[in-house]
Amino acid sequence: MSTSHSASRDVSPEPVHMTGAQALIASLEAADVDVVFGIPGGAILPAYDPLMDSSKVRHILVRHEQGAGHAAEGYASATGRVGVCMATSGPGATNLVTPIADAYMDSVPMVAITGQVPSASIGTDAFQEADIRGITMPITKHSFLITDPAQIPKAIAEAFHLASTGRPGPVLVDIAKDALQAQTTFIWPESIDLPGYNPRTRPHSKQIREAAKLILSSRQPVLYVGGGVIRANASASLRVLAELTGIPVVTTLMARGAFPDSHTQHLGMPGMHGTVAAVGALQKADLLITLGARFDDRVTGKLSSFAPNAAIIHADIDPAEIGKNREADIPIVGDAAEVIAELIAAINAEIELGNIGDYAGWWLQLNRLRETYPLGYDLPTDGTLSPQYVIERLGIISGPESIYAAGVGQHQMWAAQFIGYEYPGTWLNSGGAGTMGYSVPAAMGAKVGCPDKTVWAIDGDGCFQMTNQELATCTINDIPIKVALINNSSLGMVRQWQTLFYNERYSNTDLESHRFPDFVKLAEAYGAYGLQCDNHESVDATIEKALSLNDAPVVIDFVVHRDAMVWPMVAAGTGNDEILYARSLAPDWGSDD
Amino acid sequence: MSRHTLSVLVEDQPGVLARVSSLFSRRGFNIESLAVGPTELPEVSRMTIVVNVEDLPLEQVTKQLNKLVNVLKIVELDAQASVQREILLVKVNADLESRSHILETVQLFRAKVVDVAQDAVTIEATGAHDKLEALLKVLEPFGIRELVQSGMVAMGRGSRSISDRSGRPSEKTT
Repeated sequence: MSTSHSASRDVSPEPVHMTGAQALIASLEAADVDVVFGIPGGAILPAYDPLMDSSKVRHILVRHEQGAGHAAEGYASATGRVGVCMATSGPGATNLVTPIADAYMDSVPMVAITGQVPSASIGTDAFQEADIRGITMPITKHSFLITDPAQIPKAIAEAFHLASTGRPGPVLVDIAKDALQAQTTFIWPESIDLPGYNPRTRPHSKQIREAAKLILSSRQPVLYVGGGVIRANASASLRVLAELTGIPVVTTLMARGAFPDSHTQHLGMPGMHGTVAAVGALQKADLLITLGARFDDRVTGKLSSFAPNAAIIHADIDPAEIGKNREADIPIVGDAAEVIAELIAAINAEIELGNIGDYAGWWLQLNRLRETYPLGYDLPTDGTLSPQYVIERLGIISGPESIYAAGVGQHQMWAAQFIGYEYPGTWLNSGGAGTMGYSVPAAMGAKVGCPDKTVWAIDGDGCFQMTNQELATCTINDIPIKVALINNSSLGMVRQWQTLFYNERYSNTDLESHRFPDFVKLAEAYGAYGLQCDNHESVDATIEKALSLNDAPVVIDFVVHRDAMVWPMVAAGTGNDEILYARSLAPDWGSDD
Repeated sequence: MSRHTLSVLVEDQPGVLARVSSLFSRRGFNIESLAVGPTELPEVSRMTIVVNVEDLPLEQVTKQLNKLVNVLKIVELDAQASVQREILLVKVNADLESRSHILETVQLFRAKVVDVAQDAVTIEATGAHDKLEALLKVLEPFGIRELVQSGMVAMGRGSRSISDRSGRPSEKTT
């Protein structure tokens, strides 16, 4: 992502006298912020007064600061713009810690603004004091503590620049209350001056040429595509690269939607719950063309047995990712969009010289895997509702134009597996941090950013009970999201592990949410529509009903079978070769080479 | 494991020491010594960090360090191609009988006595890590009452300066 916040747009470069709080709001306007999610409180209160008068910045009053943070993330992930959240000092700020950590893990561009106790009280354990800059140091790209009102515009300009350029991430701006109250002169900086920050977006041409040669001389290559391709807005060029070369593509959990699921070259998602074809392709590859991915343990399984025969081309905007988990044969530092564009040019040049890739034998192997081990599921024998069926139907009926924000757990994996994604920014989830409770507020933020799109929160009954208070925010602010609650009455993924690895001893995973709460009544209490569905016959009609209701949020309580499990699975700590297609069923890799 | 000396130029901003030191600890590295102070540029501070680590993880921590916005430049200083110094103050038992032996040792190591009491002397010594260790080994039998040692500071040999081209435009090396 590269957006310049340096030039002032409609902001006068002439100094204007105002309070620090007014300078903060003027800075947000200058940074083109259209929405802030937040909650006021003592230390941030001065900022909320001028915010009331802003005609450009809409503030959405959430019910919990964690909701503000995830909403900012959802907004950012769906639109590609910087998401903004705001909270007061102490507990207001610490409630933002989880979404900040989440944004850090998933490289979400976000600016978090917090009030701090007056500068004279900092360090005295004052009421609602917390060292939020210190607390968030390991989980922010950068952070500021501002005690001088004159520094506010500069800090905000730098925060937006840092959050949105290079490898995106969260930036915290903590502002002491007295700095907000004091008089200052507002000057929006003409340019950004960060001598220690210079992300390299343009790849080395020598590395690109070598990569092109290696790609064409390899026989079993895979395009291993990560979330960086989405952040870099490089989906269209990825498709060009894939079709130019004919190389199979896998998209990680963070990259779902970066390449159309309907495309014949797409083998699906790799990793712990990936398709046999995608996992098998990585394991048998002789070359991984890694684009904006980071060899996460959920993708590699046991690292020492991951893709044992593959040479590695690793392109990432963050040099620290290259060689972190797996040594790269051709390291490429650069923005995914620029890397892909240059790879296309270099490969075209090679092709003109008569150097053409031949992957026919490779596709023969992969197609056999794909045909033998398609994604699938069994319907419960007792007639209860299959969660996979619900999610699959939801994807088909609501379609690829909709945005889907998942919580964390079984429903998240099924939503990644059984919904066909065609476009970037339509699949939002907490990939790195695995934050239960992400879904409802993230869907809210996405709907604010994309009001014309249908936005689904696909949530579990465990996750939903962590952040569903934001339904009130949605109802009151006319943000009609739709919630597909996959209610299996359990912490389903944990229960699955107890089934598989703890002798079916279900310690503290039974939420009894088939009994309490009554989710239909809960939805109605929030002013949302509450629907319920517990059988296969009425799934389509219920989804269609939800799609027809657009004047308020909708919650569908899908009462589903609790013993359904996510397959395929690579058990934690084992190698990808030990993937199970279903319980106790290992795929037959065949005897090909 | 091997000893590495990193010279890190940072912007002189509040919190920068915490950013650097906490990065080492959360990535699982033990800092053996750390010295920080001003440089010839008023807005730039310099940290000399000594870590005991394998080469590959060192590369990772250097890259992570480079990502800190306040970090301007990182150079690993080779022991052979740089001057490395630590300072040590040590208070040693010194009665009439042992005093002359101690003073002899001090001379041998080109150290200095900086304070004298009835039954003890305080010695100041400067040098590379090995020299100071050797001095302490010799002094130990006399009885060490108190010991304080600085982190290492180091500078590359020759005429080039580490801060050449370090300020602006930024010239981070990875």
